[in-house]
Amino acid sequence: MFGRPNLYTSYDQEAQIFPTWSKKIAVGLFVLTLFLLPFDVPLFTDEIPVLKSIPIIGSLIGEGIPLARFLGDETWLRPISLVLVLAIAALGLNLLAGVAGQVSLGHAFFMGVGGTTAAFLGGESGDGLYGLGLPIWIWLPGAGVAAALVGILISPVAVRLRGLYLAIVTLGLVFLGIHLGNTSWGRKFAGAPGLGRRFQELDIRIWKEDVPLVNVGDDGHWLWFDVTDNQKRYLFLLVATIVMALLAKNLIRTRTGRALQAIRDRDIAAEVMGVPEFKYKVIAFAISSFYAGMGGALFAALSGQMLGTDYNLFLSVEFIAILLIGGAGTVSGTLIGTFFVVMIPQFVEEITKWLSGKEGGIVGTFADGVLAGPDDFGVIATGTQSPGWQLSVFDWNIVLFGVLIVVFLIVEPLGLYGVWIRVRNYWKQWPFSY
Amino acid sequence: MTATTAPRGWSYSLGKISTGGWFLIGIGIPLGGYLVYELFDDPVLFFQTTMKSFGLGSVYAIVALGFVLIFKATQTVNFAQGALAASGALFVSYAVFDGHIPFTTLRNPLIEIEPEWLGWSLSVVMALAFSAMLGLLIERLAIRPMVGQPLFSVAVITLGLEIVLRVFNNDAVEVDFRSLEIPYGTGGFTVGDAIVNWSYIAAMITATVAFVAVYIFYRTRTGIAMRAVAFDQEAAMAQGINVGKVFAIAWAAGAVLAAIGGIFATQPPVKQTGAVEPETANIAFRALPAVILGGLDSATGALVGGLIVGFAEIFAGQYLAGQTDLLGPGYTLIVPYVVMIVALLVRPYGLFGTPEIRRV
Repeated sequence: MFGRPNLYTSYDQEAQIFPTWSKKIAVGLFVLTLFLLPFDVPLFTDEIPVLKSIPIIGSLIGEGIPLARFLGDETWLRPISLVLVLAIAALGLNLLAGVAGQVSLGHAFFMGVGGTTAAFLGGESGDGLYGLGLPIWIWLPGAGVAAALVGILISPVAVRLRGLYLAIVTLGLVFLGIHLGNTSWGRKFAGAPGLGRRFQELDIRIWKEDVPLVNVGDDGHWLWFDVTDNQKRYLFLLVATIVMALLAKNLIRTRTGRALQAIRDRDIAAEVMGVPEFKYKVIAFAISSFYAGMGGALFAALSGQMLGTDYNLFLSVEFIAILLIGGAGTVSGTLIGTFFVVMIPQFVEEITKWLSGKEGGIVGTFADGVLAGPDDFGVIATGTQSPGWQLSVFDWNIVLFGVLIVVFLIVEPLGLYGVWIRVRNYWKQWPFSY
Repeated sequence: MTATTAPRGWSYSLGKISTGGWFLIGIGIPLGGYLVYELFDDPVLFFQTTMKSFGLGSVYAIVALGFVLIFKATQTVNFAQGALAASGALFVSYAVFDGHIPFTTLRNPLIEIEPEWLGWSLSVVMALAFSAMLGLLIERLAIRPMVGQPLFSVAVITLGLEIVLRVFNNDAVEVDFRSLEIPYGTGGFTVGDAIVNWSYIAAMITATVAFVAVYIFYRTRTGIAMRAVAFDQEAAMAQGINVGKVFAIAWAAGAVLAAIGGIFATQPPVKQTGAVEPETANIAFRALPAVILGGLDSATGALVGGLIVGFAEIFAGQYLAGQTDLLGPGYTLIVPYVVMIVALLVRPYGLFGTPEIRRV
């Protein structure tokens, strides 16, 4: 029914982005689900009596357990939108580190360049800030182009270095970038240190003062749907991410993509075969920075505030973690990795909140009475100030993030993509084990 | 026979100056001239700045030595060095205040009591032992299982460890900074009109001792084993060298050096407070340019790189202070990175680093 996935009768067939029918259908259904995600899909909300009548699931929906009320809930759209934004930037790092093998810790710097440029191009001037107030179709690509130019500017240094030397030099860029934003002239673009500047909405308009074609900032009404601003933002980011992901997937299969992979596998061998190393490394830096710049601009647009210190080393490390957890070198792995890295702390936070007794669960009562004082559940401090070794939920999330990186690399060096490959191969050959 | 090329020695004795060389000369001559002008303009200030630079450079050299030791054995940069430094300094603080070490007399701000050297030294020894144990623990749990895996994965593991350790360290010092009760305090003495802090001298002595210790260690049996492991892990293993043991020793020594660096990171050239703060952990990121500048695998490079970076940072802080408006507040912190990037343009493997031999 699904054909023979490993049989290719032509080169074109093998080079397809989605080579098999099953893959096409699966990806199509997945994208469709993503488009429906922000709306109240009746199947998953408690309005439909069918699901409610099933004993366990029904009670879960009623109780409002995070995992079950996940889809219908507006508050979850913010983190998912964040996944989409970071996915765009992560795709860029994937092209640089995963496909071309140039591991950079400076991705946050290029995001910052993009964010600042977008704030300058699209923001309003005044209050000692520069701004041009241009529409989104200029500032969004403009952010990418500016970051790409900076990437090209830096690549003569970067191309000469390899391995950890490159990682540490690019790490220096992050500190450099945050500092430049704090200088007296940098402030005019990036806003006051620690405060940042207000970032424009994602409104789509033809020129500066026109009435927006799509007004993302406000709630609205499309066809027969009521759409909130969060839903509109999500849909915009979803389209952007899908376009960028397809472009990345396409790039990998082209001449450029093959050249980059050759450089990753063995740079000298690639050069011997006639791949100009310098040229393609510069291209890799430029494209990667372009993605990072767009990601950085959208990152600021999502939070509504451009804050220079947001583009810090931790963000860079987060991208490295995304690549390693998802599986470096693959687009789907990057997307899965982004989802995993961004959402796991969110889930943990929801679960710890739920456990800490605020919702009156059994565990919470136990915790209140036995383990700790009225406000604390075991080692998780629910107050903002954490006494002694009781870390706050936020701190535990960071610890969990670090432990996740360590454990993943030790247990599964290929990342989630490696897990998927193993599961797929098992079922491909089932019921035979070899 | 006609000589078509110049005699062999020629290119070595005079040599063609490369682009990078011209670049350095172009920067070096005006810079040196300016510094000579400053020297005659205000010798006291110049001397004071020089001593401060030596102090900061020595601190960077100590931390850089820790990086180099771990890199030499495991071929990875230990990004957790900063958190280990902060942990070490915290251990000292805990040992002094809560360790019930004999001969410790805490200084009371109301009654001036002479600080107790013996008790404090015992506390430091205990804290360093704890740091070594922490290093061993990390090596055993997180690094040993990664033998044979891509080197970058190991580096990222240390990044993860840095994140985790930092949370625990910060939790202890977030609200109240923890004092280290160092006997000589943050004070200093005067030479003529110049003020020199005791901690500068202490850092210089410690850096020298650490460098000599590493130099001697490289010539012991274990040190030779470590260099063999650095050269080729598999070949070393085939010769009967216990690679795991080498890893463990390198991590313990690296953690101890980090802890010493952490103690100095609370002292004047770096911080004025003499107490552990969340920023103490940043000493490793500030020392990284020194490591890269000197070359990741060279102890000499760590010393030289540390001093160069220290000098650049302090001198820039002293003599460019008039330009703060243009350069932005806190510009001294990025001077090391600028120096590093410029130096790497000329020498991609640092001043003393071994270039990687690449084959098809």
